[in-house]
Amino acid sequence: MALSESKLAYYQELAKTIRQHIVRMTHHAGSGHPGGSLSATEILTNLFFEHMNVDPQNPDWEHRDYFFLSKGHCTPVYYSVLAEKGFFPVEELLTFRDVDGRLHGHPCSEHCPGVDISSGSLGQGLSVANGVALAAKLNGTNQRAYVMIGDGELQEGQVWEAAMTTPHYQLDNVCAIVDWNKIQLDDYVENVKGLGNLVGKWRAFGWHVIEIDGHDLNQVDHAFHEAKHVKGKPTVILAHTIKGKGISFMENTDKWHGLAPNDEELELALKELV
Amino acid sequence: MALRAPRQGYSDALIRLGEKAENLVVLDADCAKSNLTNLFKEKFPERFFNIGISECDLVGTAAGLALAGKVPFANAYANFLTGRAFDQMRISVCYANNNVKVIGHNAGTSPAQEGATHLPLEDISLMRSLPRMTVIVPADAIEMKKAVVAAYEHHGPVYLRVGKLPVPIVTKEEDPFEIGKAITFKEGSDISLISTGMMLDETLKAAAILEKEGLQAEVIHVHTIKPIDVDAITRSAAKTKRVVTVEEHSIIGGLGSAVAEVLAEHQPTPMRRVGTQDRFGVSGKMDELLDFFGLRAANIVKAAKDCFEVIKVS
Ligand SMILES: Cc1ncc(C[n+]2csc(CCOP(=O)(O)OP(=O)(O)O)c2C)c(N)n1
Repeated sequence: MALSESKLAYYQELAKTIRQHIVRMTHHAGSGHPGGSLSATEILTNLFFEHMNVDPQNPDWEHRDYFFLSKGHCTPVYYSVLAEKGFFPVEELLTFRDVDGRLHGHPCSEHCPGVDISSGSLGQGLSVANGVALAAKLNGTNQRAYVMIGDGELQEGQVWEAAMTTPHYQLDNVCAIVDWNKIQLDDYVENVKGLGNLVGKWRAFGWHVIEIDGHDLNQVDHAFHEAKHVKGKPTVILAHTIKGKGISFMENTDKWHGLAPNDEELELALKELV
Repeated sequence: MALRAPRQGYSDALIRLGEKAENLVVLDADCAKSNLTNLFKEKFPERFFNIGISECDLVGTAAGLALAGKVPFANAYANFLTGRAFDQMRISVCYANNNVKVIGHNAGTSPAQEGATHLPLEDISLMRSLPRMTVIVPADAIEMKKAVVAAYEHHGPVYLRVGKLPVPIVTKEEDPFEIGKAITFKEGSDISLISTGMMLDETLKAAAILEKEGLQAEVIHVHTIKPIDVDAITRSAAKTKRVVTVEEHSIIGGLGSAVAEVLAEHQPTPMRRVGTQDRFGVSGKMDELLDFFGLRAANIVKAAKDCFEVIKVS
């Protein structure tokens, strides 16, 4: 079940490349969100390269699997993964947040190939995932809907309204991933408004819960496989992660939630990513 | 010209007010660092509540605090606050007539590169439609401080719009500030330029350009969009017979609409509205966005000339 050694090495390299993109892009723009992008890097890399049924040549292919970045501020990792997957040229990443570009601060489905829905107002992704999952059931297709949610984002009431809808309609084609990096914009989530027993909450709502280390590619890969085999109920992957993962001075702090590295910090960061 | 972030003026005023007003409480929705309400929290930790990324809950909680005698200032980004918590403002705040001050941060183009999702270009329109809501859009950090005090002293729901990035200081400490009273910054007889918020700066520049071309523009700053100063607007329009409105907001539902409503009923006058058109924004530096949306003195001058084309009255 584990990833082969060659695949594991390949994805570890790819994750490193994506982290380089993340710091370069935010440095280029002088703004953006590195912290929550670095925490989601392994998860999105594995999801798009191993599990998602998509066609970069035909982003609007009607039988594709869907992905919704509900924590829409994490465009640096999202765009990087889409570019590496072939939805648009990797060089375009350095037009991030440019006024005449299409890689806006938050994902725009009208402008950016591969983006299934515009987001950036937290809390809306799971409802949309439920919608496409209901349509797939109606159409009798085996399409899946993936949605990534931030742990701070879980404070939005709409998430829990949607979390009741998914099991009610037995949408086993929905897989939610919580990037559980323990930090939001202002502070640690526990200091702002704590999540309490998060595993118990999702279970009580009727979800199949998988708890993993979100930086361990084998665990990530295994979780997505397991989710595909769970029938009759949706799956949520609660991924323990580290905000700012991979760059020592960005790790485990709210400081780098929405801050871009300057020239010197970029250099330091890139040194750690060789 | 000195630049200052309106949010800085807001935060300073809030802290000063907090020292005297013991019933003042401050709430935020996980944007305290950005809205600078974290500075209030440092001074008065027991009167600050971070409600988390829960704008609806934020507004409802503020209503409860007001019901129990506190004067809550509920802070969040203007777009999410007015968009998502609209119904809580409508029912728990305005319909129930609770004394809540709703503070919409990151106003207009000031979220800049965050892009379309974050640019609040509809908030004035939404807030203006609510019965009992007073809507205040200050020009700069100096006027912001007066607006904070006025909002506190006014009994009833208030929406206050606060920008994030530094903008020119155009008002003076000694300028008057009274809710509902527009301020004439320049007298003129040929055309009325009526602006709100930080667009006062570009509007004054436009008036200077027009003056060089021999046209005397009257510049009226409408810091209170609701209740709007019917008297000041109709008097000026009766004199100049042409009106241009200027706002860092959609031309639908904001100042332009409010002025059009006043003029249509009291003093029908040809007018043009400078503001964002019926479209979403993009990512860009604030300066780039002002160009992108056509919110520059040159755009105001062009709109003014359009008015002269439409009606060649003497
Ligand atoms: C509805 C809404 N409210 C507020 C914000 C501003 N905001 C952007 S990111 C963020 C914190 C998100 O924290 P979390 O979900 O934990 O994301 P991560 O740590 O993974 O970056 C906030 C408050 C927003 N984008 N949307």
